Amino acid sequence: MDAKIETSLSERAKLSVRNLNFFYGSFHALKNINLDIPEKKVTAFIGPSGCGKSTLLRTLNRMFELYPEQRAEGEILLDGENILESKDDVSLIRAKVGMVFQKPTPFPMSIYDNIAFGVKLFETLPRVEMDERVEWALKKAALWTEVKDKLNQSGAGLSGGQQQRLCIARGIAIKPEVLLLDEPCSALDPISTGKIEELIHELKSDYTVAIVTHNMQQAARCSDYTAYMYLGDLIEFGPTAELFMKPKRKDTEDYITGRFG
Amino acid sequence: MTTAIDSRRLAMHHKRKRINAIALTLSLGAMSFGVFWLIWILFETIYQGIGGLSWATFTQMTPPPQSEGGGLANALFGSFLMVTLATLVGTPVGILAGVYLAEYGQKTWLGSAVRFINDIMLSAPSIVIGLFVYALVVAKMHSFSGLAGSLSLALLVIPVVIRTTENMLNLVPNALREAAYALGTPKWKVILAITLKAARAGVITGILLALARVSGETAPLLFTALNNQFWSTDLTRPMANLPKTIYDFAMNPDQHLQQIAWAGVFLITVGVLLLNILARVLFKNKH
Repeated sequence: MDAKIETSLSERAKLSVRNLNFFYGSFHALKNINLDIPEKKVTAFIGPSGCGKSTLLRTLNRMFELYPEQRAEGEILLDGENILESKDDVSLIRAKVGMVFQKPTPFPMSIYDNIAFGVKLFETLPRVEMDERVEWALKKAALWTEVKDKLNQSGAGLSGGQQQRLCIARGIAIKPEVLLLDEPCSALDPISTGKIEELIHELKSDYTVAIVTHNMQQAARCSDYTAYMYLGDLIEFGPTAELFMKPKRKDTEDYITGRFG
Repeated sequence: MTTAIDSRRLAMHHKRKRINAIALTLSLGAMSFGVFWLIWILFETIYQGIGGLSWATFTQMTPPPQSEGGGLANALFGSFLMVTLATLVGTPVGILAGVYLAEYGQKTWLGSAVRFINDIMLSAPSIVIGLFVYALVVAKMHSFSGLAGSLSLALLVIPVVIRTTENMLNLVPNALREAAYALGTPKWKVILAITLKAARAGVITGILLALARVSGETAPLLFTALNNQFWSTDLTRPMANLPKTIYDFAMNPDQHLQQIAWAGVFLITVGVLLLNILARVLFKNKH
């Protein structure tokens, strides 16, 4: 894009993306992305399928590294430190930057162990404290009252919406600083979606949240900032109200009004 | 009122129904042909086998020709020991190799080579394995032995377990792996605590099926464990086993020995049947 995109915001940036290019083999999927994800706010990524919004999210915790043919160039600064070239083990970065996926992915173990699993990777807690942590995470994810009597049952036995909240609880339990949500509601019914959106609202008092969504109403409802992407370019980024009410670019307006997409 | 298009549709509908009826008849016929022989074999085994079965079958040794009494105690024990040993050796090797193929070597040339060789091993005639172990162990040690028998059975267990482990791990959705990595889980722990656990029922089923296959194998024992008329727990000496005993006794003109052979056939069949049922129950509980 030739036009300068306004990316510097008044808030403090938790994550800063600088000149990020991403490749699937030889396919150039993200083109020179620059943006700041502000701390303790919800930032939504919207755009048509294949625009690179999920790809961008998967660079923020280096998830793409699981696949050898994928590579990222540029900088992603977490509190000023470039995580793409960090000497720290990738596990430590992922402990700070948690992620929840499109489809609920409960682990093949009990509800309790689903939460405790991640915690045990980084901390050795006595049983009582672990119990407290599990309860805290489940309460935070608004799931506690529904599962408190069946913590020993398999996580797979929960409904889709409950499973997704279990995954959010699991992510929160290791106390990350950033939470990445990759279309967390696309497999859920409207009531579960509503619960998760409420949850996102609550979470931003403690966490920086980045959410990819296909649902523009969802972006409008629960985000503070919105980024519109198209074909690997960041087209427009700004406060959600502004972007939806008076988008600066014609492309953005066409997409959010449904003339294109 | 019937229009032209309606009658054409009706004609097509009748044609489809006729084709359906033909296909159904053919497949039902094929199924009953298969099941017919299977049931006959099972019936014959049970009918003849129960007749030869007695308490002595489990307590007495295999008898010499032209003698009264006798059982299969030593053969049962020998088979049990060798199959157990083969499973204990073959299962960890098979699971670890299967993990390599599914989790590490998916797209590497080594992975493809191992997968290809394993496919050959999977369909290799068991007599080839028997001869191989004969040349490798029996000829070198100048003695048939239970150890050689276990080894040849283990070589048959390994490819089955590799294949099922790999297939079952491939069935685990990638989203589950990614979710585990997203928490900062190291790879070995993802495999051990998440993917293998998710695939557990399938992997165990594979082991049971390998066990079932191996417990009836005769060819690999012909040149390795041979047979032994007496009770022996010494793995360095020839060892009695069910399949070879059945082979020897069934070929013997002595009616009494033939009866014992039938009892052995019955016991193997029931054993394999139980293993298969167990495998099914385990797999069903998970899926």
